[in-house]
Amino acid sequence: MQFTNRSNRLLRPAKPWFVYMSLFIGLVLDYVPFGHHPGIPDWAALVLVFWCIREPLHIGMGAGFLLGMLIDIGKGAAMGEYALAYVILAFIGNSLARRIMWFPSLLQALHVLPMLLVAQALMVGVRMFVGDAFPEWDYFLSSVVGAALWLPLTYLLLLPQFQPVDRDENRPI
Amino acid sequence: MPGSDFQTHPVFKRGVSAKVRLLGYATICVVILVADLRFRYLDSLRESLHTIISPINTVASEPVKLLGNATEHFSNMADLQDENAKLRQHQLDGAERLLRFDELERENAGLRELLGMRKKTPVKSITAEVLYSVPDSSSRKVILDQGKKAGITHGLAVVDADGLLGQVTRVYPSQAEITLITDRNQAVPVQVMRNGLRGVMFGTGQGMRALNDVPKRWQQAAQSDIGPGSLELRFVLANADIQPNDRLVTSGLDGIFLPGLPVAEVESVDREAGPFAHVICRPLGGVEKSIRVLILGRTELPPPPPKPETGDPPPLSVLPKGEHQVKSGD
Repeated sequence: MQFTNRSNRLLRPAKPWFVYMSLFIGLVLDYVPFGHHPGIPDWAALVLVFWCIREPLHIGMGAGFLLGMLIDIGKGAAMGEYALAYVILAFIGNSLARRIMWFPSLLQALHVLPMLLVAQALMVGVRMFVGDAFPEWDYFLSSVVGAALWLPLTYLLLLPQFQPVDRDENRPI
Repeated sequence: MPGSDFQTHPVFKRGVSAKVRLLGYATICVVILVADLRFRYLDSLRESLHTIISPINTVASEPVKLLGNATEHFSNMADLQDENAKLRQHQLDGAERLLRFDELERENAGLRELLGMRKKTPVKSITAEVLYSVPDSSSRKVILDQGKKAGITHGLAVVDADGLLGQVTRVYPSQAEITLITDRNQAVPVQVMRNGLRGVMFGTGQGMRALNDVPKRWQQAAQSDIGPGSLELRFVLANADIQPNDRLVTSGLDGIFLPGLPVAEVESVDREAGPFAHVICRPLGGVEKSIRVLILGRTELPPPPPKPETGDPPPLSVLPKGEHQVKSGD
């Protein structure tokens, strides 16, 4: 495991419990009722996409489906609305993972932005199918903010993997 | 699609290919969507799963609640005194009417008995608090801290001190989801208090900011203080007797809402839009502000409307039982 495919530094393998816990924290953050302010990122989608790119063999459409269903129920959305968006998000993440890992973080964010937008557009599509109006344009701001958070998120979620293999008692980090 | 290189290498077996799995999951999602939206098959599943998630949900809504409480705590003295004075005034205003209410109710019951009319169904009321509003930009819904355990059922009306707020649309064991009257899918049958004109009130789902796509003359009306959510009275003929500042109350014709709950005040009337007048209204209750609410409902449902004979047009005079008796008595 490397930071990106071009970097020389080897990282420790991701711990499964850390992956699942971060997905769970994303879920909880999604439940926080921020009200109707535009530009609040979809945390769960962001974390899901991150692990779909980093661990395409472990996190994929199944995780996306489960996560989406939980968010549907918690948010009172139509059952399957988020699930459908997350499944497709996970599919795109998995299939682009090999490519994206060759880019530095900022260019990775540029890949993630359209992926998040596709997920949001799918949800809008489902809602418009039911009869809702097209939302305001600032609804899509949440994807932009999400993509902007990609760099800090990368460092945050890779933090445990940056640890050295041999723990040095004098330098714990 | 660059994902086409996602093929199984014969050496490493990875099961079904990604595209097949995508197709499978997408199909499941669409089936679930249709089952939920069209047929409402999944309400019990949703309810049971919601019971499992609701602790997480409550924990997640805690910081926002804390913030709200903190602002309330540190709101300055002047505001509190102001509010206190207003409440006192309100209480005085209502006191006289409240004193006579018991007597009037008894009198009403007596008169109804004399006329042989059906007794008014008794009313049940439950107090609850708004936990948070549903974080979904396209709908206007809130979650209450009481649910099935407190006796809340589908369809009950939710009011605050000033007027109707919404309707219970989903009930979980210890929480309930309220669709506010400003939601675009929420309809309330109303009548004008002044002359009894009936109509159906719909939410616009939007505040004034989103009223941009309506014609110019509308924008002027919209820019006056409509507030965070506005309402629209539909199916009122252009020449109907309705004017700004008319009060609208529930008509109770749906058999769900109690009649006479104040709903809204007419903000503007446009009679040039077509055969129907375009009536924009402002909710009276604190629809997106109230924290403490009251859930009102009939303890029993009214009798179902009589079924029309097959083939014949529906009977024109479907009078309540009481009115027949009054006529025969005369």
